[in-house]
Amino acid sequence: MSRRHLVSPRRMQTLAFVGLWTAAAVVILPVFGIISYMMYRGFSALSLDMFRVGTEGLLPAIVGSVCLVVLTTLIAAPLGVAAAVYLNEYARQGPLVHLVRLALVNLAGVPSVVYGLFGLALFVVLFQFGRCLLAGACTLALLVLPLVISTSEESLRQVPHHLRQASWALGATRWQTVRRVVLPNAFPGIITALILSVGRAAGETAPILFTAAFYSLSHPFPRSLFDEILVLPYQLFVMATEAPNVTIEQKWATAFVLVVLVLGLNLAAIVTRARLRSRHRW
Amino acid sequence: MRKHIAAKNRRHVWEWLIERLTQIAGLLAIVFVLLIFAFLLRDALPVLAQYPLSELLGGTRWSPTAEPEKFGMLPLMLGSLYVTAGALLLAVPLGLACAVFVAEVAPKRVREMLKPAVELLAAIPSVVFGFLGLLLIGPWLADKLDLPIGQFAALGSLILAFMALPTIVSVSEDAIRAVPVALRENSLALGATDWQTICRAVLPAARSGIIAAVMLGLGRAIGETMTVLMVTGNAAVIPRGLLGFLRPVRTMTATIAAEMGETAFRTPHYHALFAVGLILLLITFLTNTIADVVVRRAGRVGS
Repeated sequence: MSRRHLVSPRRMQTLAFVGLWTAAAVVILPVFGIISYMMYRGFSALSLDMFRVGTEGLLPAIVGSVCLVVLTTLIAAPLGVAAAVYLNEYARQGPLVHLVRLALVNLAGVPSVVYGLFGLALFVVLFQFGRCLLAGACTLALLVLPLVISTSEESLRQVPHHLRQASWALGATRWQTVRRVVLPNAFPGIITALILSVGRAAGETAPILFTAAFYSLSHPFPRSLFDEILVLPYQLFVMATEAPNVTIEQKWATAFVLVVLVLGLNLAAIVTRARLRSRHRW
Repeated sequence: MRKHIAAKNRRHVWEWLIERLTQIAGLLAIVFVLLIFAFLLRDALPVLAQYPLSELLGGTRWSPTAEPEKFGMLPLMLGSLYVTAGALLLAVPLGLACAVFVAEVAPKRVREMLKPAVELLAAIPSVVFGFLGLLLIGPWLADKLDLPIGQFAALGSLILAFMALPTIVSVSEDAIRAVPVALRENSLALGATDWQTICRAVLPAARSGIIAAVMLGLGRAIGETMTVLMVTGNAAVIPRGLLGFLRPVRTMTATIAAEMGETAFRTPHYHALFAVGLILLLITFLTNTIADVVVRRAGRVGS
């Protein structure tokens, strides 16, 4: 034995494993504690009045958020899925694809507030959209694009190669194979990708700070693409930091609705994936 | 016969067109990266031309509304550095421990609880973390630590640590799982304990993935906006020493978010905020590219 152990290896292992269990507990306990506390406070602060039309409440922000994420998805989905099809079905490995992937990694890492600056410079100022629903949706679409592409590509990759080969062997062209064989089989995964990106877009605040968001408790619903909008995360931010005359109940209720919306979307993504995947067996 | 050929040609054109269209969609990723960089640079240029770089990067006062205006970004960069460094000091050991725990130690049932919990953390919007920090955790900590105000750098670090955890845990867990079983078996066969195997065989082999995890966590933490804006107190002063963690600071991201809304279009202040954004963008490009290169190189060695 050339090395001497202060503590025997076996005891060292016990100590280390205790440490690992502790680390896991340190992560999991406060998270569950705080989230359940928030759910409790938020749920007890909710009242039906907050959902009535024409009152100061949550309804305009919910409608605004829904409009924003729907528009965002309409912009990001075709682009993202097309890019994923290119990367997985058409592209040959080479410097160009390598560059696209590096760009995607970097795009995914750009801070959300920098997307806000970019949206301000391009959509609000250069395209002269002004601060509005459309400018915000374009900015958010850029932000979720890397997520849409990487998750859609993942689901395309899971379609077994022999299905493509069978389709080609029958004389189908590349596009016919993509449209009739690959995309239908990857559909559950792509839907999951879109739901996940909707969840991401619904919770983002920084990109819409200067491109779309507007705060007022008696805000009308957006009438056109060029209206400023009230959205849940921004409403929560203003209520928590600067808005006067906001009761603590309103704050907790807003936080509750936002968290339920975002976590609900994530849960929906997981359930869709599990359910639609169980239909396919290969 | 001629009809048949025409149909075939039409199909060829269609195939070609579709392929080009998807290719354009793919190449747009590159275009967007370049566009973001170009637009930030364009709107930062006036202030970069007006003030020497040493004054912008080394200046100790950020007072954009004073006369004359000062755009010293040092307090903001140090603010970001404090909050991010604090977050990583917490998140890296904790995240690595969680990854090892999930990949190597945890019983199946615990693992199946821990993984969704960590993913849940990743799904919560940053404004909600900020809200909880501002209303709940900040006041509670200030009370316990006897601080005058419930918004300070370490609070931002604490919450950011939890926000960076999902990235660090999932990327390093993947790296640990990718270590070949043969390596473990060899180590165990030599009489090493499980823990010795983890420390001396598995973790060194997963090193590059872990470095990538840290870089990605760093990128996540330094770019986080709403949480730090809400919980770090927004005082553009230079933090000093360890006590700086208990005082309010202001990060680069928070400065942009707080001030851009109130700035007149195309004033020096507007351009200075774009310059801050440009620095932020360059930092995240750097961390993400490093992470990507490290992972790619490891993949090549592994195969």
